[in-house]
Amino acid sequence: MADLSVNFAGIRAPNPFWLASAPPTDKEYNVVRAFKAGWGGVVWKTLGEEGPPIVNVSGPRYGAMHASDRRVIGFNNIELITDRPLQVNLEEIKRVKKEWPDRAMVVSLMVPCDEESWKKILQRVEWTECDGVELNFGCPHGMSERGMGAAVGQVPEYVEMVTRWCKQHTRMPVIVKLTPNVGNILRPAEAAVKGGADAVSLINTVNSMMGVDLDAMSPWPHVGGKGTHGGMCGPVVKPIALNMVAEIARTPATRTPATRGIAMSGIGGIESWKDAAEYMALGCGTVQVCTAAMVYGFKIVEEMKAGLSDWMDTKGYRTIEDFRGMAAPKVTDWQHLNLDYVVKAHIDQDLCISCGRCHIACEDTSHQAITNLVNGVRRFEVIEEECVGCNLCAVVCPVENCITMVEMTEGVDPRTGIAVGGHRTWMEHPNNPMARNPQAAGVAGTVAEPAE
Amino acid sequence: MPDIKAGRLDGGSLSDNFSDMLPGFARNEARVAAERCLFCHDAPCVKACPTSIDIPLFIRQIAAQNPIGAARTILDQNIMGAMCARVCPTENLCEGVCVREVSEGKAIEIGRLQRYATDAAFDAGRQFYSAGASTGRSVAVVGAGPAGLACAHKLATLGHAVTVFEARDKAGGLNEFGIAAYKATHDIAQREVDYIMAVGNITIEHGKRLGRDITVAGLRREFDAVFLAMGLGETNDLGLGDEPAGVLDAVDYIAALRQAPDKAALPVGRRVVVIGGGMTAIDIATQTRKLGAAEVTIVYRRGKEQMSASPYEQDVAQTHGVTIRHWMRPVRLHAQAGALSGVDLEYTRLEEGKLVGTGEIVTMPCDQVFKAIGQVFVPADIADAGAGITMQSGRILIDAERRTSWAGVWAGGDCVAGGQDLTVTAVEDGKQAALSIDRTLRGTAAQAAE
Repeated sequence: MADLSVNFAGIRAPNPFWLASAPPTDKEYNVVRAFKAGWGGVVWKTLGEEGPPIVNVSGPRYGAMHASDRRVIGFNNIELITDRPLQVNLEEIKRVKKEWPDRAMVVSLMVPCDEESWKKILQRVEWTECDGVELNFGCPHGMSERGMGAAVGQVPEYVEMVTRWCKQHTRMPVIVKLTPNVGNILRPAEAAVKGGADAVSLINTVNSMMGVDLDAMSPWPHVGGKGTHGGMCGPVVKPIALNMVAEIARTPATRTPATRGIAMSGIGGIESWKDAAEYMALGCGTVQVCTAAMVYGFKIVEEMKAGLSDWMDTKGYRTIEDFRGMAAPKVTDWQHLNLDYVVKAHIDQDLCISCGRCHIACEDTSHQAITNLVNGVRRFEVIEEECVGCNLCAVVCPVENCITMVEMTEGVDPRTGIAVGGHRTWMEHPNNPMARNPQAAGVAGTVAEPAE
Repeated sequence: MPDIKAGRLDGGSLSDNFSDMLPGFARNEARVAAERCLFCHDAPCVKACPTSIDIPLFIRQIAAQNPIGAARTILDQNIMGAMCARVCPTENLCEGVCVREVSEGKAIEIGRLQRYATDAAFDAGRQFYSAGASTGRSVAVVGAGPAGLACAHKLATLGHAVTVFEARDKAGGLNEFGIAAYKATHDIAQREVDYIMAVGNITIEHGKRLGRDITVAGLRREFDAVFLAMGLGETNDLGLGDEPAGVLDAVDYIAALRQAPDKAALPVGRRVVVIGGGMTAIDIATQTRKLGAAEVTIVYRRGKEQMSASPYEQDVAQTHGVTIRHWMRPVRLHAQAGALSGVDLEYTRLEEGKLVGTGEIVTMPCDQVFKAIGQVFVPADIADAGAGITMQSGRILIDAERRTSWAGVWAGGDCVAGGQDLTVTAVEDGKQAALSIDRTLRGTAAQAAE
């Protein structure tokens, strides 16, 4: 059986499934329930500085995007950091860590952007003997208006500065949580690395409005008739998060100090072992979960642990390190893709249920490469002379694996008249006026041109 | 003595038994059901619908939380979409060819979704139609059943003045008199009639029976066009000679049951035998069980596959405790003191494609026998048309436009040859006839103006 234990930036845990800093980790009661359920660690809900407790709205804090079966596919919130007194939180953290020494206990922090505030809070937190801290530079609502959260995370210089303060004032590992609400995730990630962060976690929630109430003519949900943007998470943000993780994983500036890059904790739409494995394949050492737990309860971790372990056994991976980051080198820029790689859609007629979606999608919006009638009979076949291998038909097909993209390994592409098997990227392509290898371009060009 | 009596069950049980057998969808159920639809291109379900309802479109409208818009999509093609949603044998039509049925054995629940949409429009009181600008033309429609009312409605929207002649004192035809009560709860058939009549430009003259009070030739003289949709007049006979008391016409009983405000008032036997294999047989068998009959047996002379009742309907009957006996036919009725006491049934089989009796006979004691072996057209009703109206297999012959052989006379519904005897096909007949009448009348008008 696979070993799921992790050592993440020096923090040990029996498994990589941690609960993200959020309502599920706001107090002892919940966290103890989570540990009993089997979670490998938690990031305690963000603590703020000493003072009057935070006040949350008493109207709706959460909104959601539902699939037809009411499955929550997107979730957003306008909840602030913990609204419980700092000392109460600290005592609970200390107690829980003592009772559950094998689990990772990371404490999320957000205080005003001055060194003294950070120094003060770090000292208080060290007293709990927790395993590390996570700097909340991501929260996009409420706190950001007070100069914290995303307001810091969106300015790389602040990220670097605060990270450096924290590294100076604590012996604990420092994880910097990144906001996705930036133009380029690499800038704050690089700043975190420069500041000396032990790890980054990403993504925090995405600025969002879940809907508009067409009767009230206000955002939905709203608080007393007015609404504000919230932070979105859940399955819909996973593609955004994966891309940001991949960007960090493949960029030299963020791959220091170790050859495999800065430690990353993946966050965003993780509902199953498979989601987690994808983050890990891009380089994440742990994953953090919130939405799925808030929708289904803590028991979901059982599926995650069993699923990951079973899959690792199938693949022969003994530890997470055996496969972590394996997919990252495959992430590249468009200009490095092989333009001579040719696939054609293939429809498995035995699986086809004749819904016609592939046909109409291709016919109306793409390349007119799928029939709807063959000899007067309803039948959907690929016209290889027209098929560009775009994958649209496979995307819209309701039957899994009915339409597949099959690589042409020999012969001539009937669409372009070009022999397959070549390898030209845009960098060498004859149609690229700035091609780096004009000689090769010229040769290839003689093949390409007659098609015009 | 035969054991036939009213009030076998208490009011509560009867009320449960005759409530909606398959209740309408709740909002979220409808949405989940609708989202399963794949929005097929050139969808097979549309082709399978006799009225060509744009099913993928109306289901998408439901999914997009616009059930009223969905209702309009339905009613544009089938003004009796509400009843058809309840009585269509969907597993033989739209749902039978649904690609999800073909691939997973579980079709989109098109019928129930159609009911959801049409109910929403009716409940909201949304009227989509109004009478068209008057053409000055008048059309006579014989029969206020599905074919007649569908024709009248379409004609009225096209601007023609329509008079409907109806023998009964209530409109709706078989929707009102011939459908099992539990399929048409909440007075839906009359609500639909009201919806149709609300368009205006339609008058119904009740108590007017063709062949008795009116004639085809008379209507033809008086109106610019005539549409015949009087259905079938008589039930087939068992052919076993004099029938003792206790042998009943299933169609009449179903009608009485539908109209009875108090179901406990209906006398029903303890042991009931139903002869037939169609929807009427299923409806009478299921409903007599629901009234409290202890043993109900459907006897059909051929096999399960040959029954015109759909497999779903057969399941409904069997779930209600009805026994279906195949390959048997009645050969003799037993009576004691003029009252039915049993029926002799002979086993049957096919010999060279022909149904023959095996000679083996069993006697089934019973208190009531219901005849549900089909209905026949009564040619006497159109006797005045003489040779003007050509018949085929005992019913009126029509062409693709629902024209009879007599110019100016159209026909549709159960009284025409070659139909499926379904509400939905009757509605299509009415609609197509109306369009054909409209084309003809406008063509004539154009010619007259020249």
